Amino acid sequence: MVRPVHRRPGQSRKAQYSLFAAYVIAVTGAVAGLLLAILSVVDPVGFAQLRVASQEITAPVARVSRSVIGSISGIDDSVGAYVSAGSQNRRLRSELADTRRELVATSTLQEENRQLKALLKLQETDKTALANGYLLTSTSTSSKRIALLSIGRNLGVAAGQPVRGADGLIGRVLGSGPSVSQVLLLTDIDNIVPVRRARDGLPALAYGRGNGDLDIRTLNIANNPFKPGDILVTSGTGGLYPPNIPVAIVVRRQDDGALARPLADPGKVDAVSVLRPYTPDNIEAQPAPAPPPLAPAGAAP
Amino acid sequence: MNNRAAPRLGEPASLWRMRIVPVATVMLASALPLMLPLVANSPVLPPLGLLFFLCWQLLRTEMWPVWIGLPLGLWDDLFSGQPIGTAIGLWTLASIAIHYSSQRIYWRGFLHDWAIAALLIANIQSLAALIVHPDAATGRVLGLVVPQIIISALLVPLFMRLTGKFDNFRLKRR
Repeated sequence: MVRPVHRRPGQSRKAQYSLFAAYVIAVTGAVAGLLLAILSVVDPVGFAQLRVASQEITAPVARVSRSVIGSISGIDDSVGAYVSAGSQNRRLRSELADTRRELVATSTLQEENRQLKALLKLQETDKTALANGYLLTSTSTSSKRIALLSIGRNLGVAAGQPVRGADGLIGRVLGSGPSVSQVLLLTDIDNIVPVRRARDGLPALAYGRGNGDLDIRTLNIANNPFKPGDILVTSGTGGLYPPNIPVAIVVRRQDDGALARPLADPGKVDAVSVLRPYTPDNIEAQPAPAPPPLAPAGAAP
Repeated sequence: MNNRAAPRLGEPASLWRMRIVPVATVMLASALPLMLPLVANSPVLPPLGLLFFLCWQLLRTEMWPVWIGLPLGLWDDLFSGQPIGTAIGLWTLASIAIHYSSQRIYWRGFLHDWAIAALLIANIQSLAALIVHPDAATGRVLGLVVPQIIISALLVPLFMRLTGKFDNFRLKRR
């Protein structure tokens, strides 16, 4: 606090009016701003381009700082790895032996599966990624979970495309600029992903909690079938996310479902792939590029 | 001819520096979180731009007109991930509140400043979170921003100091 100031402008009419005008501008501006905010919550597409354009400014700095510092969130992991190297090595070797045995068993199953699929004349959908990039940075001061992807329209990234890491689903593209794009992370409160349990195909919905975890709710409320350790994968229901991308692992049961942790941590994932949205025209375009089916444009939620 | 390198007696500080330094610190602090290679799972960083904005106004209430929250809030909205308009509205309301409090509490002390800043940050961050997630449960949304609000409230004295340093630089005579 410097010195108490005289807000009252005294007898000067001009000073009185300019102070009054400042307040009028401030109040109308504040009201207009809040209306604008409510409008852009209702219709988020309208201002997306403006925001992406401004993030093109910070993206070069984020690229440089990422290459210099690396990802800040990985530091705790690399320190922990040194501390527990010995016991980890033993554990990993026993795990490797187990996995080899399972791999042999699975490879026979895979072969059988291939033959059965050939019998059914099932077409494999195109699972190759549209483009690969990495997550630069994220909105870490807001309750909205949006990350910045290092690639944009220059590599064909567009709004509505799913994004996945090696371990599992990351989110979906919200908007794309010339060289960066925004990704709405899986854990955002507004992100709902249709999933199914990998073991038996039990359908459920994954709701973001906004703090890094997910709420899993079943579609039938009668009983709560989840157990800790259940793996959930995307079901492909409703389009957008292709089926069988790993999503989360159940941590504990709750009253109305389960609490799950995403399998891919966006803070630690290195590279991510942008996939084609799982819409009817994309699925059917693969076997025969014949007349495009009349798919509704807004198949994605 | 006098020596240009030496400061002259009674010479005012550079007008450009006096105007640009406060605005530049707020704008840089707003954009900084998007320049760090940090992909956060929850709102972990304090709202740096808002902290500087409030500290400047508490330190120098007369420096800015009351509508300064409109342009600075727009800039913050572009980078914070909030829908555009949130900070425009809330920051301007905050600066009206600070101007009002500077009339009510004539000699504000350090504790007054701290309390006002903490109260405003708590209100702005909770309202902003509620505006972004209108459909989610209110308790959950507020629970999300409570840690951030506590951290920000504890950081207010530090930011007050930083703002003071910048203020000294702003008013330094050559």
